[in-house]
Amino acid sequence: MTTELPVLTAKDFASDQELRWCPRCGDYSILAQFKKVLPTLGIPQENFVVVSGIGCSSRFPYYVDTYGFHSIHGRAPAIASGVKGVRPDLQVWVITGDGDGLSIGGNHLMHAIRRNVNLKIILFNNQIYGLTKGQYSPTSPLGKRTKSTPQGSIDNPLSPLSVAIGSEATFVARSVDVDTRHLTSILERAAHHNGTAFIEVYQDCNVFNSGAFYYASKKGVKEDNVVYLEHGKPLIYGADRDKGIRVNEGNRPEVVELGSGISEDDLLFHDEQADEPSLAFLLARMRHPEFPEPMGVFRSVQRPVYDIALDEQVSEAIERKGPGNLDELFNSGDTWTVE
Amino acid sequence: MAATDVAPANEKRTEERDTIVIRFCGDSGDGMQLAGSQMTNVSAVFGNDVSTLPDFPAEIRAPAGSLAGVSGFQLHFSSNDVFTPGDEVDTLIAMNPAALKTNIADLKRGGTLIVNQDSFASGDLKKAGYESNPLDDEDLLAPFDVHKVEMTRLTRDAVDGLGLSPREADRCKNFFALGLVYWLYERDATPTRNWVSEKFSKKPEIAEANLKALQGGQNFGLSTESFRVHFRVPPAKLAPGKYRKITGNEALAFGFTAAAKMADRSLFYAGYPITPASDILHELSRLKHFGVRTFQAEDEIAAMSAAVGAAFTGELAITASSGPGICLKGEAMGLGVMTELPMVIVDVQRGGPSTGLPTKTEQSDLMLAMFGRNGESPLPIVAPATPGDCFWIAQEAMRIAVEFMTPVMLLSDGYIANGAEPWRVPSLDDLKPIQVDHPTEFNSEDGFLPYLRDERLVRPWAKVGTPGLMHRLGGLEKSDVTGNVDYDPNNHEHMSKVRAQKVANVAASIPEQEVFGAQDGEMLVISWGGTYGAVRQAVKTLTEDGCSVGHAHLRYLNPFPSNLGELITRFQTILVPELNLGQLVRLLRSAFLVDAQGYNKIQGKPFRVSELIEAIQSRL
Repeated sequence: MTTELPVLTAKDFASDQELRWCPRCGDYSILAQFKKVLPTLGIPQENFVVVSGIGCSSRFPYYVDTYGFHSIHGRAPAIASGVKGVRPDLQVWVITGDGDGLSIGGNHLMHAIRRNVNLKIILFNNQIYGLTKGQYSPTSPLGKRTKSTPQGSIDNPLSPLSVAIGSEATFVARSVDVDTRHLTSILERAAHHNGTAFIEVYQDCNVFNSGAFYYASKKGVKEDNVVYLEHGKPLIYGADRDKGIRVNEGNRPEVVELGSGISEDDLLFHDEQADEPSLAFLLARMRHPEFPEPMGVFRSVQRPVYDIALDEQVSEAIERKGPGNLDELFNSGDTWTVE
Repeated sequence: MAATDVAPANEKRTEERDTIVIRFCGDSGDGMQLAGSQMTNVSAVFGNDVSTLPDFPAEIRAPAGSLAGVSGFQLHFSSNDVFTPGDEVDTLIAMNPAALKTNIADLKRGGTLIVNQDSFASGDLKKAGYESNPLDDEDLLAPFDVHKVEMTRLTRDAVDGLGLSPREADRCKNFFALGLVYWLYERDATPTRNWVSEKFSKKPEIAEANLKALQGGQNFGLSTESFRVHFRVPPAKLAPGKYRKITGNEALAFGFTAAAKMADRSLFYAGYPITPASDILHELSRLKHFGVRTFQAEDEIAAMSAAVGAAFTGELAITASSGPGICLKGEAMGLGVMTELPMVIVDVQRGGPSTGLPTKTEQSDLMLAMFGRNGESPLPIVAPATPGDCFWIAQEAMRIAVEFMTPVMLLSDGYIANGAEPWRVPSLDDLKPIQVDHPTEFNSEDGFLPYLRDERLVRPWAKVGTPGLMHRLGGLEKSDVTGNVDYDPNNHEHMSKVRAQKVANVAASIPEQEVFGAQDGEMLVISWGGTYGAVRQAVKTLTEDGCSVGHAHLRYLNPFPSNLGELITRFQTILVPELNLGQLVRLLRSAFLVDAQGYNKIQGKPFRVSELIEAIQSRL
């Protein structure tokens, strides 16, 4: 029997909890796009699970009316892997941040991605520890002055996408909190990906790290600072769409002006399905201000999915040995009878 | 084998013995654990009661021939009830000088010593720290019945013609030693022969070599003039039924699988490899046809977290580790306590602190289990008494977890985990159903309230995917009833007390404590975990001598059985033997304001019955 799914809207996914993020926090926009996308996926509301760790972003599950788990610092990918381990039928979203996902929880993030557990991971990157009131994070730039680095940070930052690609991610994307249409499209793509989908979202912490991503979010500025990736298309950007990215003979990206002997055909063409992740890695290393920062889907490939494979091993074992019989199990091995 | 220089077999005498303790010891690469477990198996199949003590180094291959690399396997087999692997050894098989040096102190006077004479050459002697060959030391060997056997040469002879390299041939000498022991104790080698054929089915030449070595050892016993007597240990008078041999870790895997069946739920096991708990993962990963899903996580933290995630969905979740891993799990166990989700955490205890003694037993994690998490974080604790009891305690732990919506700790130890005993195969009728209830509708006019409790203070367990019951859990303190985040001071005090009271309420669902031996009088000995056998044997011996001693062995450590306080008042002295510096004794003193005394050993080894008898007698 098939039953018609009720038509849901973003409102249906709003919980009864009062939102407690700071006014004008970038998290509001991400939450709004998320609630917009969920009803479009054709999945019953009760089959969504949102799991988070600790940090400002990790309050997220309280504000979405699905099954939710606001867990402990850094462990959300591991908890979510447990959920998928027993229930591959659920759609599980993991909400994390740069401190939660890359510092205390770096190991869990790496291994969830490596296994290709069917999780949708959104990493809110604001380059700061907000909930603990302003210490530098693993993505804060060198020299960043914060409460814990009064003379400037001496920790080299890492790129969340490089970590994901290095962990053999099958889906890697980036968007910006206030770029609502782009973010929505990326969330949709992630939702439909089979395997771990990893999304970095540039998110403005307007209290402790205000404007960290204005170069990528402000109208009139971002056009020259970001390049939108489209599969099979050349990397062109700029307010006048007159600049592009070319790969030079040293296999390094370079910014070129279109015209004057350089045509679109000379540019780097995006291939999100490339066999090797080297292109995605090259794109992930393009940083502002030397380069425009790529937005969109860096990589989207297919590989066996952990939770499906686990399920298949169970089915295969049942097929091969028959459903487990306790009596047979207890009597296995050498037995003897005492009269 | 040729029998030209052989005394006629009929000159050999057979003597009957009630009980024998035998120990195989040799280099880590000598296959002593295999020889020991095969001897255990054939003895169990023959009908003896058995108890074993595998004792091996933490290094997989310490330098060959070194003292650190000695691996031993002790087996106590008997025509009587056996409670322990035995204090002293009747027969010691030493495969090299290092094994002789580290084990001979445990061989009783008049005991049988069988050595591989071929390995007592200068190199191995030096590695063992012998300046001269101990086999020439008449004072050292005088108290024993010594058999110097050229095992290496005889094994090579036995496998001659099979085309094995000398190295491959030498690896068969544990089977030669085993064959000799089988002859010495009239064991039927059939179960071992079957095992070899199956194990090496893809390497028939190795199978044949091992079988020839085994036969060679048996033939040697029969033919050599060195052995004039062999021994018969009649079957034990065990309760009627069908039996098999089982180790503690196997029994835990069986027990959890049975619990899942009895609860009609799938079982999720998340773990990280750690000695001595890994065998639980190995066993369960072979049971996927029972719907068992095993997840080898990236670390202990992830294993615990994944168990919490699986429990959230409404499935049965377990994890197992040892002390160092339990430390790492503490954070996510606290989350389990806060979210009041059912799961079982197994701690197969080993010597600590830190990495400690990975392969040696200890009971030093009781306080860790009780208090090793931040905040007021109570959870029920149970502990199996024997390897076979692991089967039952696993189901009991799961029952408590599900009935009371709480993580439960199960404290096993290295001694129980690796030790083996005969296990009466249960009938399915012996197993109790585990009732699991998941709500399908609102539990109030205000919708679904995840922390609305029943009369035992238990909250409902909504299965993820149930329409209308969407709710959020988390590690932040919550309002009772609604489960919403709540920092109110009075609510936190209320919730802390509710969580404690809920765990205390478990006492009403567990059996009253029983006492063995004297029901009142001079002394009550209280023990827990793997010391059961040694304590029971000691108390049994003393009560048979007319001493006024009782024994209470606790399987429930938190909460205690409800009658324990009253039992304690019936005795003048309370003695608590533990393989730690005094943990249960502290809990008892604090719970009952009783002047309980500890008797403690912390050497990575189980209690000897004799030392317990002495400890008890000296306090009577």
